[in-house]
Amino acid sequence: MAMNALASHKLRSALTLLGVLVGVFSIIVVMTAMRVMQTSIEADLSQLGSYTFVVRKWPGIYFGGPEGFEKFWRRKSITLAQYLQVQERASLAQSVGLETSFWGGQAVSRYEKTPPNVEFSGATPGTFPAKNWVVAEGRAILESDVDREHDVCVLGNSLSKILFPFGSAIGEQVKFDGINYTVIGVLESRGLTLGGNQDNFAVIPITTGLRRYGHQPWRSLSILVQAQSQELYDDTVEQVRGILRVIRKVPPGKEDDFEIFSNDSMIAQFKSFTLTVRLGVAVISSIALIAAGIGIMNIMLVSVTERTREIGIRRAVGAKKRNIMVQFIMEAVVLCEVGGALGVLLGILGGNATAFFLKLPPVIPFDWAVIGLLICSFVGIIFGTYPAYKAANLDPIESLRYE
Amino acid sequence: MGLIRLQNISRRYQMGTETIHALRDVSLEIERGEYVAIMGPSGSGKSTLMNLIGCLDTPTDGAFELNGNKVSEMDDNELAEIRNREIGFVFQSFNLLPRSSALHNVELPLIYSGMNAEERRKVALDTLENVGLTDRMHHKPNEMSGGQRQRVAIARALVNKPSIILADEPTGNLDTRTGVEIMALFADLSRKGNTLIVVTHEEDVAKHARRILRIRDGQIASDEKV
Ligand SMILES: Nc1ncnc2c1ncn2[C@@H]1O[C@H](COP(=O)(O)OP(=O)(O)O)[C@@H](O)[C@H]1O
Ligand SMILES: [Mg+2]
Repeated sequence: MAMNALASHKLRSALTLLGVLVGVFSIIVVMTAMRVMQTSIEADLSQLGSYTFVVRKWPGIYFGGPEGFEKFWRRKSITLAQYLQVQERASLAQSVGLETSFWGGQAVSRYEKTPPNVEFSGATPGTFPAKNWVVAEGRAILESDVDREHDVCVLGNSLSKILFPFGSAIGEQVKFDGINYTVIGVLESRGLTLGGNQDNFAVIPITTGLRRYGHQPWRSLSILVQAQSQELYDDTVEQVRGILRVIRKVPPGKEDDFEIFSNDSMIAQFKSFTLTVRLGVAVISSIALIAAGIGIMNIMLVSVTERTREIGIRRAVGAKKRNIMVQFIMEAVVLCEVGGALGVLLGILGGNATAFFLKLPPVIPFDWAVIGLLICSFVGIIFGTYPAYKAANLDPIESLRYE
Repeated sequence: MGLIRLQNISRRYQMGTETIHALRDVSLEIERGEYVAIMGPSGSGKSTLMNLIGCLDTPTDGAFELNGNKVSEMDDNELAEIRNREIGFVFQSFNLLPRSSALHNVELPLIYSGMNAEERRKVALDTLENVGLTDRMHHKPNEMSGGQRQRVAIARALVNKPSIILADEPTGNLDTRTGVEIMALFADLSRKGNTLIVVTHEEDVAKHARRILRIRDGQIASDEKV
C-alpha cells in the first residue's frame, strides 16, 4: 500500500527517496571508507618495530589543505649527513636507520620476471631492526656495504621465491631498472596482512641508490630510530629532536621543521581526522534526512487524503485509532527503508572504492548498515506520526462517504 | 429484553448557525432474529439511524443499548470493538478495499479481532463459500460485477458472526435482477436466524421483511409487523 502511494507520485517520491538515500549514503560511504583506511593504517603501523619512531620531512598522514602542504614542501630535506650526525650523537638509541624509496617496477632474474610492482628502496643496517626485518638466509646490509656503495640487495621473501623458484637466491644476480645487483640476503616472510603482500620488495644500500638516483631536492630521507626500551622511548625521542634542531639550525621557540611519528602519534592523528570527518557527515546527513523526512510527511499526507475511504472502511469493520496510526507509521517507515536500503548499498560500494584505489581489501561495515537502517526507521516514525495521527482521527462516517 | 434498545434518541447536526434534527426523540426495540425494513424519503434520517445502531456514531441525546451494552456511553476504542464483534455493515456503494482481493476484503474484520492468519483465511473462505464466491476469491473488486461485489461485502459483514447485520440501501447501486438476488440472500440469512435491518426505498424489497419501520423527518411514522 505504501508502494501504491509511491507509484502514484513518482517525482515527489523519487526526490524524497533521494533525500533518504543521500542522507544514509553519506553516512555509510564515509564510515566504510574510514574503516578501509583504518585497516590500511593499522597494517602500516605494524611494520614498525617496537619502540621505534620515524623522523621525516613529510607527516605520516596529512589531511589538511594545500596551504599546509606548502609548509612541508618548503622544509629542507633530511639528508644522509644529518642521519650520520644523529647516528653518532643519539646515545640513547639502540639503532638508527635510514630509508627511502628509489623505484618501483619489474625485477628480473635469469629464471623469472616479476610484474612491475616491486618496491625498490634503500636502507642502512639500522633500518632492519626498526622495520622488524629478520634475515632468513644470507646476511643483512652492513656498514661496509653502505660505505663502499656496493651493488648488493636483500630480497623480501616472496620476491625471492618468485625470482629464484629452484633454490637459494644468495649470490645470484637480480636486475632492477637495468642494473644488476648481487643478492646477499633474503628476509623472513611477513606474510599477507590486511594491507596486502608485505614481502614484495628489495632493499639496497642507501648510498648505492643515492649515487644512482641522485639527491633530488624532493628526495627526503626517513630516519628510523629504535629506542633501547619502552622506558627510554620518550627520552630518546627528545634527544633525537634536540640533535636535529641543532643540526638543522631551528631557532629556539620555532616549531620543528620535521615530523616525528610513531605508531601512537599516527593513531592519534588518524583519530582526530576521523572525528572531524564524522562531524561533517553528521551535519550533511542530518540536513538530507530532515529534508527527506518533510518529503515523507508530504507523501503520507497525500496518501491519507487519497485513502480516506479505506480508512473509513477499516474503522467501520473494527479498526481502532491505534490500528490506523500503526498502519500509516509503518508505511512511512517502509518508504524510508526503501531509500535507506539503497543508500546503504551504494554507500558500501562507494566507500569500498577507496579500497579499490588504495588496493586494500574491501570491508562491509555491518554495524553501520544496521545503524543506517535504524536511522531510516527513526525518520519514518518521526515524520510519519503526524500524517498517521490525522488518519487515525478522521471521522469514520465522513470517511466512508468521501469520494 | 431487546437486542437493540433506543430510548429517546436524538441526533442533531450543527451547520453553522442552523441545527439539523436528523433524528428526534426516537424510541425503538428490536429483538434477536428479527428482519426489519426501514423506509422513508430521502433525508428522513434512515442512514443516521443505521449509523447509530451500527456504533459508527453516537447520539446527541438518549440512551442506546446493544446486547445489554450501553453504547451511548462508550469511548472510541470500545465502539471499535463493538463494531468488530457485534455489527456487520453492508453499504450501498459496497465499500470494499479497491486494491485487495475478495478474500482479503472478507478477512479484514478478522485482522482487527486478532485472529491468526491461518484461521482467518479458513473462516474467510468458508464465508465466501456461503455467498457463492469461492471461485472469485482472488479477484479485485474492479474485476467483479456489482452483485458479486455486494456479495463480498455481505461475506465481510458475516465473517465475524455478528449479532446484527445492517444494510443501508444494499440494492441501490444494483440492477433490478441483481437486487432481487441480493434480497434473496438476505431472506436466506434471516431464515438462518440472523438479525437483519435493511434500509430500502423499494416496497417489493421490503416485502421480504417481517417488520416495516417508516421514518419521516427524523421520527418513526409507523411501525408494522407483516
Ligand atoms: N454529517 C452531517 N452533517 C450535517 N447534516 C447531516 C449530516 N449527516 C446527515 N445530515 C442531515 O441529516 C438528515 C438525515 O440524513 P440521512 O440520515 O442521511 O437521511 P437518509 O439516509 O434518510 O437519506 C439530512 O437532512 C441530512 O442532510
Ligand atoms: Mg441514506
